[in-house]
Amino acid sequence: MCGIVGLYLKNPALESQLGKLFEPMLLAMTDRGPDSAGFAIYGDEVADGWVKLTLQSTVGEYDWKALMGALEGRLGCSLDWFQNASAAVLKVAAEEAAVRAALAELAPDVRIMSAGQSIEILKGMGLPAEIAERFKLANMKGSHIIGHTRMATESAVTMEGSHPFSTGADLCLVHNGSLSNHSRLRQELKRKGITFETLNDTEVAAGYLTWRLREGDSLKEALDHSLEDLDGFFTFAIGTRNGFAVIRDPIACKPAILAETDDYVAMASEYQALASLPGIDKAKVWEPEPATMYIWEKTA
Amino acid sequence: MKTIDLSTSEVRALNQALHDQAKNLEEREWVVTHSDGKHNLAVGVNEALSIDIQGHAGYYCAGMNQKATITVHGNVGVGVAENMMSGSVRVKGSASQAAGATAHGGLLVIEGDAGARCGISMKGVDIVVGGSIGHMSCFMGQAGRLVVCGDAGDALGDSLYETRIYVKGTVKSLGSDCIEKEMRAEHLEELAELLNRAGFDEDPKAFKRYGSARQLYNFKVDNASAY
Repeated sequence: MCGIVGLYLKNPALESQLGKLFEPMLLAMTDRGPDSAGFAIYGDEVADGWVKLTLQSTVGEYDWKALMGALEGRLGCSLDWFQNASAAVLKVAAEEAAVRAALAELAPDVRIMSAGQSIEILKGMGLPAEIAERFKLANMKGSHIIGHTRMATESAVTMEGSHPFSTGADLCLVHNGSLSNHSRLRQELKRKGITFETLNDTEVAAGYLTWRLREGDSLKEALDHSLEDLDGFFTFAIGTRNGFAVIRDPIACKPAILAETDDYVAMASEYQALASLPGIDKAKVWEPEPATMYIWEKTA
Repeated sequence: MKTIDLSTSEVRALNQALHDQAKNLEEREWVVTHSDGKHNLAVGVNEALSIDIQGHAGYYCAGMNQKATITVHGNVGVGVAENMMSGSVRVKGSASQAAGATAHGGLLVIEGDAGARCGISMKGVDIVVGGSIGHMSCFMGQAGRLVVCGDAGDALGDSLYETRIYVKGTVKSLGSDCIEKEMRAEHLEELAELLNRAGFDEDPKAFKRYGSARQLYNFKVDNASAY
């Protein structure tokens, strides 16, 4: 199963309430995914020349302060960070590749959940309510957010196997469904230099999009290619720096519903997850067509 | 008239109360509020109740219905009126996929659009859709009638048996063994009657009829090498 939810605010006045509006959406999908949950929130952008990374440790309690001290010394540049439960959000005035290289050396137990100027990916094992409480989702501000509740089918229930998956700078993917050709595709992508940390099928879809975007595809082109190369059932929600996209496979077995008002665009696996949104009774509500891309992005 | 508010009552209590009416038909009129897309609303009703759901419903709404008249003032999720036996179900909004799946009888009216697989394996139900329907609709339809005032998606009527399909708009593609057929007087008559019962003001002459070419009914020995 699995549940997907997304909320994109058209009205900036609501940005201070993003987490509060989104939390009941995520919790409403607990029946579809009680194993793990996660979300990618966009906001609190860093300046040009800076990069923001979300980190999680694979070993319990982690001494983030010591790591940040060592990192500052290694990179020799300004650095800002804060801890959010099991995660740390790092903002640093350096190239992403340099930060990744330094982290790989200084902290091999630390996983980079996301990188970009806006995105923060927070996820873990447990009921959606526990994840929301752990990271204090209700207090979060931002412009848009996508989330996932997982009922695992293709690989183990772990923090690394939960969604969203990063697919590049400020990009991420959540998935409902299962891919049947992920094993072969993983081998092909490994040869192209994409690295994988799990046996999860969605990580392969994320790696596929990373590869297509690296090859110069636009997001739309990358998703068009995914319809040809990914075999299986999927509804995807893709977070971008300026908005989000939704696409279903041509068979469209996996559910999705969209709602739009003057204030927001919301998507969910089931209408139940939209019922708590303000003004939903007057919203335009519809089911996305198979093999059709829906994108909302701020143009400013 | 009895009102059940699903912000304070459980779905199970609603369905139990509806089933209990089979014993003592004291309350025929029911209103359900705060449905909020909940699943399995008014499932397995066995008596001629009138049930108004004032909002959106989730999966399998009005499933297995017998005799009851159920109206949803909103959209419905997957499998509305699946396996309905008799009675009628009206959706004022749109329906997700597999509307009326495997239903044996009764009338299902969807005023908006229906998603993929509308009327899949239908066995005698009549389905009238005011808008358009998605791909693979009426797959293996065995009996009953499917009327579509809008367009139909890919592979309409694939592996069709004896369901008669009427579509006013365009059909993106026909499935295996589904063909366009001549619209004779008796078909115009049954279509007019269905449109009338559904409450749609449409001209039957604007529709085309589709049905089974009956080429997949029996095994052909020429195809033995494919197995």
